[in-house]
Amino acid sequence: LESLICSKYFRTQVRQDPEVPSAVAAIRTLLEFLKRDQTGETILGLRENLTQTIRRLEEADSSVAVSSGGELFLRFISLTSLEHPDLSQCKKVMVERGELFLKKISLSRSKVAKLCHTFIKDGAKILTHSSSRVVLKVLESAAADKKRFTVYVTESQPDSAGRQMADKLQNLNIPVTVVLDAAVGYIMEKVDLVIVGAEGVVESGGIINKIGTYQLAVCSKAHNKPFYVVAESFKFVRLYPLNQQDVPERFKYKADTLKAVEDLAEEHPMIDYTPPSLITLLFTDLGVLTPSAVSDELIKLYL
Amino acid sequence: MADCGEPDGPGNKDDITRSKNEGKELSKEEKQRLRKQKKQQKKQKERKNEKSETEKEKTPVSLLPPPRPVATQKAPSALPAPASAPIPVPASAPFHSSPAPSPADKPAKSKAELKAERRARQETDRAAKQPGSSSSGIKTKVPLSELNPVVKRLPEHVQVDDPAVVKRLAKKLERQQIPLRSDYGYKVSLFSHLHQYSRKAPLTQQLSIPSTVIHPSIVRLGLQYSQGIVAGSNARSVALLHAFKQVIRDYTTPPNEELSRDLVNKLKPYISFLNQCRPLSASMGNAIKYIKKEISNIPSQCKEEEAKTKLLTCIDRYIEEKIVLAAKAISKYAIEKISDGDVILVYGCSSLVNNILCEAFEKSRKFRVIVVDSRPRLEGREALRRLVQRGISCTYVLISALSYILPEVSKVFLGAHALLANGYVMSRVGTSQIALVARTFNVPVLVCCETYKFCEKVQTDSFVSNELDDPDDLMVTRKGKTQLENWQDVSSLGLLNLVYDVTPPDFVDLVITDLGMIPCTSVPVVLRVKNLDQ
Repeated sequence: LESLICSKYFRTQVRQDPEVPSAVAAIRTLLEFLKRDQTGETILGLRENLTQTIRRLEEADSSVAVSSGGELFLRFISLTSLEHPDLSQCKKVMVERGELFLKKISLSRSKVAKLCHTFIKDGAKILTHSSSRVVLKVLESAAADKKRFTVYVTESQPDSAGRQMADKLQNLNIPVTVVLDAAVGYIMEKVDLVIVGAEGVVESGGIINKIGTYQLAVCSKAHNKPFYVVAESFKFVRLYPLNQQDVPERFKYKADTLKAVEDLAEEHPMIDYTPPSLITLLFTDLGVLTPSAVSDELIKLYL
Repeated sequence: MADCGEPDGPGNKDDITRSKNEGKELSKEEKQRLRKQKKQQKKQKERKNEKSETEKEKTPVSLLPPPRPVATQKAPSALPAPASAPIPVPASAPFHSSPAPSPADKPAKSKAELKAERRARQETDRAAKQPGSSSSGIKTKVPLSELNPVVKRLPEHVQVDDPAVVKRLAKKLERQQIPLRSDYGYKVSLFSHLHQYSRKAPLTQQLSIPSTVIHPSIVRLGLQYSQGIVAGSNARSVALLHAFKQVIRDYTTPPNEELSRDLVNKLKPYISFLNQCRPLSASMGNAIKYIKKEISNIPSQCKEEEAKTKLLTCIDRYIEEKIVLAAKAISKYAIEKISDGDVILVYGCSSLVNNILCEAFEKSRKFRVIVVDSRPRLEGREALRRLVQRGISCTYVLISALSYILPEVSKVFLGAHALLANGYVMSRVGTSQIALVARTFNVPVLVCCETYKFCEKVQTDSFVSNELDDPDDLMVTRKGKTQLENWQDVSSLGLLNLVYDVTPPDFVDLVITDLGMIPCTSVPVVLRVKNLDQ
């Protein structure tokens, strides 16, 4: 019964505000759960319940961001258990901290945009991949800063998310062109820089993003064009893939596919892994980082 | 003030030489007196040098266009410092001896001081390039020594071609009553700054029996190290800690001494002895640092028995935490990275990597192993034996077949001797070659290393600090003929038997430590976090 309530709440959150990152929606759901939860008697029990809820949310939306956001939330609030032995007081402090955490990360997208838009110079030609709300925010603030630039967006099959991005950019009066995924090598010599979002940032400093990102990164490295990634800090996840195959299966495919299909070898993965050697800089709300600094930040966050 | 005037005279010097000749251990007071005498001799020598240098250097300095008159006054006083750099006197002394400038110039002086220091630096560089200047100009950064009184030095074991350093080492060993081991054979010029010993002449042959200065378990340990009976970073550290446990058990505090200070002093000659038998590894260095810290933290009111048991439990806990449990944690992380159908390449014999592979096999992962081996140590045979005993299917190749076998390989697991502060991996010679070729074939390289092997050293090449093994090991007898039998007679022939090499962090994809999986560039972060904990 509880699982249904959780996933329904999560889905309504996402539907009500399509701009909200899925991780934030997940954290809101967890906070609601925490507020309403009456059954927890011990802190360990509470942690167990929260972990189960996160797992159920991952079943609803299998993106990396949900799992990373959930884990960070858990870490953020569970440090209170050491200070307050009384459960109800502990819960109150947890809820307060959860609200604080939520408020902080809701502002992270604008922080990232503020950092990144200075790297877009006047007259720049930008290439981006698929539809990312963070990249949209960055381009929005650059346009608001009275900069003139043109954007190329890859179509990003199989869901043609690139076209939605192109529509949104046109509404902002930014000149945009949609290119085929196969035309990335062709268009690379024309562009000045590449900006992509990320679904997850892994411990090595690499990113997990929509399929086609790795190709884009390899092409931009071959042409010596800077490859920038914009991501909020709650997307940092404790994974360390060595190559494409090393990414866990539960992130590669959509949640519905994972449940429905038996033989995943037939299915096409929705994400790929870009190693840190191909990334120039990462823009996060913790600052502008090089890929090797990501591990430093992760150690600070998790250890 | 160190200037307490001349010591009690020549009478005490005779006492000291007498006790040395008798082979007794010098008492604490005698050692202190020796030290004081030497310090004063050096100070007198340095003052004499300064006076002669100031007269010599004044002429070239006056040719320089002086921006301020104060600067030229400072420069000659800064210059004698490079000449006296090897002498461990705080370099603030030259400043005191310089003529005092007018008090009105005081605020301007600081800028002038900086300018003078900069010029002094330029002068030392120029002086160092000139022939006839002391080789010490390269060794220590003199302007730095003017800013802080502690002079940083290169360790002695990488300065074997400098006779002054060797003499100093000999004196130090003489004081500790440990025999000096002599080098053997012709050394290749690039590595002539390192020691090269022969296994046929272990240090223990030069010790008198019974040795009163060195504890017998340490003598045994030294022999085991120098003959290669105990080899491998973890094995050596554990053996060292067990030997120290025995030393602590047999130790009794002499009257009027404190355990915390006396035991540390007792350990110093043992460490020098072990260093002479075989240069200390980074892991051993960290273990020794830990023990010394624990000993000096013993409160003075603690009874001897209590203190001893406390130290013994500390050492046991160190071994348990840093080596045994760390190995378990590392296997837990490493097993996640081993998937069914993997072909894993290992090099040489690393106790940690063997542990991981055995654990993964217990957890019924299906994989096969390729063991790469190299002469002259042929350690891979030991690894092969251990793995095959467990039932793991293995292939054995020599390192020359590496590029032939790599297309089959899906992952490379390497052990490490130490992880340096700039992310470089110091390991058995041949490791960097494997990492390089694996990178070319796009095969992921994973290094497994416990955190107690992380050290603060920085090295970017394998030349500056390494270990040279016995060159006679390279001789091989086939069909009754030994080709290199008379290599010492050929004057232009040198045999080089290197032990370690360093791998840059770009060739390593992942480091698995007991703290988790980190990229190679995050080693200084771990060191920083560890220092904060302590």
